Amino acid sequence: MSEGIHPIASLLAAVARGITGVQVQWAGCEPDERQRIYFANHTSHLDFVVLWSALPSEIRVHTRPIAAKDYWEETSVRRYLAENVFKAVLVERGAMARSKSHDEAKFVGRSMIEDLTAALGECNSLILFPEGTRGNGEKVGEFRGGLYHLGLRRPDVELVPAYLENMNRILPKGEYLPVPMLSLLTFGKPIQVEPHENKDGFLERAREAVSSLRRIGPA
Amino acid sequence: MMTAIHDSILMWLFGGVLCLLVILTVVGRALKRSHNSNISRSTIDNFNAQIAAWWKMCVVLVLSMMLGRIGSLVLFGILSFLAMREYLTLVPTRRGDHRTLFWSFFVIMPLQYCVLGFHWYVLLAIMIPILACAFIPTSIAVAGDTAHFLERAAKVQFGLMVCGYCLSHAAALLQLKIPGFGGHDARLLLYLGLVGQMNDLLQYVWGKLIGKHKIAWRVSPEKTWEGFLGGLVSATALGTLLWWATPFTPLESAGMSFTICILGFAGGMVMSAIKRDIGIKDFGAVIERREGILDRIDSLCFAAPIFFHLVRYYFVRQL
Repeated sequence: MSEGIHPIASLLAAVARGITGVQVQWAGCEPDERQRIYFANHTSHLDFVVLWSALPSEIRVHTRPIAAKDYWEETSVRRYLAENVFKAVLVERGAMARSKSHDEAKFVGRSMIEDLTAALGECNSLILFPEGTRGNGEKVGEFRGGLYHLGLRRPDVELVPAYLENMNRILPKGEYLPVPMLSLLTFGKPIQVEPHENKDGFLERAREAVSSLRRIGPA
Repeated sequence: MMTAIHDSILMWLFGGVLCLLVILTVVGRALKRSHNSNISRSTIDNFNAQIAAWWKMCVVLVLSMMLGRIGSLVLFGILSFLAMREYLTLVPTRRGDHRTLFWSFFVIMPLQYCVLGFHWYVLLAIMIPILACAFIPTSIAVAGDTAHFLERAAKVQFGLMVCGYCLSHAAALLQLKIPGFGGHDARLLLYLGLVGQMNDLLQYVWGKLIGKHKIAWRVSPEKTWEGFLGGLVSATALGTLLWWATPFTPLESAGMSFTICILGFAGGMVMSAIKRDIGIKDFGAVIERREGILDRIDSLCFAAPIFFHLVRYYFVRQL
């Protein structure tokens, strides 16, 4: 992206870092300006901001989140945050499941991947929460297919797993006041779609790559 | 309070502590560089970590002397907050505890320090043990999750007791108005810290030298009965020798030191047991990879409130 970081984005990132006291560990790779898709477990509204704020600012500038259209277009504040502040790529969640025929589903899915590939462009990176919704933090839920299709379409983009610890305890789903516990963010070793690997096999491997980064036992 | 700067006894005492620390730091550095195979690497690292921690405690002490009454309250309030954060990060809680935890962090703990600031000592003494003790289980019950109910309420309550109640009583020492001892309160805090830390150190040293009978190896493999008694006797003796810096007579000073040492031992054992139960070595180590605040204040957590109330009961007499 040509423009810089929105000041509100920087402010929110600083606040999120303060609340969560997040410690960042690059366990499987180093911060790098190359194109990447960061994928992580999802338990809290703070997840994206914390992950994003953990990246060095020169990487942050061209890293965009993928977010659910139905949620982030619901109110004008959310829309402003998603579109103007964080420049999110909004995707329709569950559109494939809602479609009436197999062909329609295929079409919807393909156009979504098309949008995401366009968002990656030549130099952007993306942040993706493949579970599709916020979980309760006990275990990483099943991944949706987008990560696999993106990995197939753009084999040059690194897929970096990340695990966000304790975020569900800091600001769980349904709460609006945070409890300032400490959190830990671990980046793992990049993975890619292997030749002839099927979708389910890859998604399970990706899920394993995320959950294996967990340090603190289940609550 | 700025009067602390003009307190020559305090300055001598504190200057002595600083000189000792400088010497220990130099020794620690030298040990780290030498390749003496008689002492293991981990012992040297522990030694250096301990010295670094003492430096931090000195910084806290200096700041609390310089910042004045309100400043020292804010300083200890922040320490309480950070300690509570460390504790709750590692002690498992459930989704239903969220609002209770929010109240604990942002209402109960700040209130404890406000009450201290206004010198409402009765409320200071009962707020967490009685009022919070009623509030916390109630608010967890209202959240509706009954699984492990008693355990969860106890976890939050204990965290508030150690991080809020106990630590605020260390700050309370700076708020006392002892007749004929005005403006010298910082000496009491130094006395508490010094005797408590020396007790830790001497327990360790005696344990290394003559320790045989382990007290509870599962809780703390280093602690032995010989170390405990040796530390108790020698640290009490040391504390007694510091009577001239306090409002106590030598005999009273011996009693106070004895109490601080016994309670320091108790605090250390209890915090170790909690850590072993959660399965960690240090509270700070899991996320921040260093010793945490709770690892440092373990020997002060029970000693501070009891020392405070003893001093207040016998030397202030304004109940």
